[in-house]
Amino acid sequence: MFTEHASLRKAYDVVIIGAGGHGLAAAYYLARDHGISNIAVLEKGYIGGGNTGRNTTIIRSNYLTPEGVKFYDKSLDLYQDLSQDFDLNLFYSTRGHFTLAHTDAAMRTCRWRAEVNKHYGVDSEVVDARAVQEACPQMDITCAGHAPILGALYHAPGSIARHDAVAWGYGRGADMRGVEIHQQTEVRGIKVEGGRVRGVETSRGFIETGKVLCAVAGSTPRMLDMVGLDSPIFIHPLQAMVSEPVKAWLDPILVSGSLHIYVSQTARGELVMGASLDPYELHSTRSTLDFVESLSAHMLDMFPFLSEVKVNRQWAGMADMTPDFTPIMGKTPVEGFYLDAGWGTWGFKATPVAGWTMSHTVANDRNHELIEGFGLDRFARYALTGEKGAASVGH
Amino acid sequence: MKIMTCPINGARPVSEFAYAGALRDMPDPATATDEQWAAYVFNKQGKAGIKREWWYHIASGVWFIAERDTAADRVIRTYLFGKEAA
Repeated sequence: MFTEHASLRKAYDVVIIGAGGHGLAAAYYLARDHGISNIAVLEKGYIGGGNTGRNTTIIRSNYLTPEGVKFYDKSLDLYQDLSQDFDLNLFYSTRGHFTLAHTDAAMRTCRWRAEVNKHYGVDSEVVDARAVQEACPQMDITCAGHAPILGALYHAPGSIARHDAVAWGYGRGADMRGVEIHQQTEVRGIKVEGGRVRGVETSRGFIETGKVLCAVAGSTPRMLDMVGLDSPIFIHPLQAMVSEPVKAWLDPILVSGSLHIYVSQTARGELVMGASLDPYELHSTRSTLDFVESLSAHMLDMFPFLSEVKVNRQWAGMADMTPDFTPIMGKTPVEGFYLDAGWGTWGFKATPVAGWTMSHTVANDRNHELIEGFGLDRFARYALTGEKGAASVGH
Repeated sequence: MKIMTCPINGARPVSEFAYAGALRDMPDPATATDEQWAAYVFNKQGKAGIKREWWYHIASGVWFIAERDTAADRVIRTYLFGKEAA
């Protein structure tokens, strides 16, 4: 599916660090839309093996801030014709997305989000508990009496897609246009001279370049250290799990902030379930029993009939969190060093738009207008873009 | 279950504890520049390594310091603030 390259060239126009969805999407749009294909995408592990292959595949644009809503809605747009673009089935499946509210405060946030969403043309509305029960008759709407559902924010375009295929599609599209993807190639240093990027030291030798795009999620702080930049990014693991496959019964995507659950059912019948971040900083993708126990207990509050269903797998990814739950994107104080980071727990849905806006930013050395609220410099200006209210669950 | 040692209560399951972030030195607010203050408020040493952190034993209300390897998830030692053994 991908060309193997025996060796690295001496120099590239652009080096992209990280062959996840974001890095490959940026390579794809650079080659397709900006005529830049002398690109190396360097990957320490394998294509899509990081957070691209570890998320719960939910795509939505019902965010809270105007910057977030416009940005993620563009992503949803870009997703629509990707299967045709790639000639690869992404199993893109529009399900409808309910953010369940169990408290008055959660209802208030749902109303707030609905109004911001509608203002920007995003299909989003507040519905009552009866509408939730009708969409999901199997649910115990009282959640075992602990946390009765009062209503929800309903987002009809909410979707799921096969996350690996998104990375493969972008990777293949970039590969076909001359981009070199080098797996098993680790970045060991970034050469900066006079405030400008000059090259990248890799486990397979040095390469010259004037432009580096860093799209490495949980490894971002290590890369920033190589170029001498500080950031507010901190790493916590985010775990997820899937059940054994069962007959299709759950059509919509359900999210409960109070019960710390998001769940959907895949085309092959597995329930994909996620919860909140691990409670402390950790640079590891280890799994814990605590996670399975607490998530299962909350799942059973909502769906007591699942008590005999087995959990098949669990895993974790390293989430690069930011203080305001908004990514950190664009140019940096180091000339030629571009950042696509701070993707925490919200990165998969943004894959197309992150690649699309970063390709523009790298090609023109100017931030794309959709990412203007996401710069690394916003913290020193105390101009945060507060998106925590639109996070799936209260982290 | 992972075990953490509280300097007062001894070895307890980690679920009894809350993590409260890295131990950091606050710049003098009277003399710090806006940039220094913003860096103190927001920036973190996000790289993996052995870090000194604030932890809290929820059941008994004990605040203490843990030295922890954030790559291996290994607690190296714990002690009360200012009571670090030589």
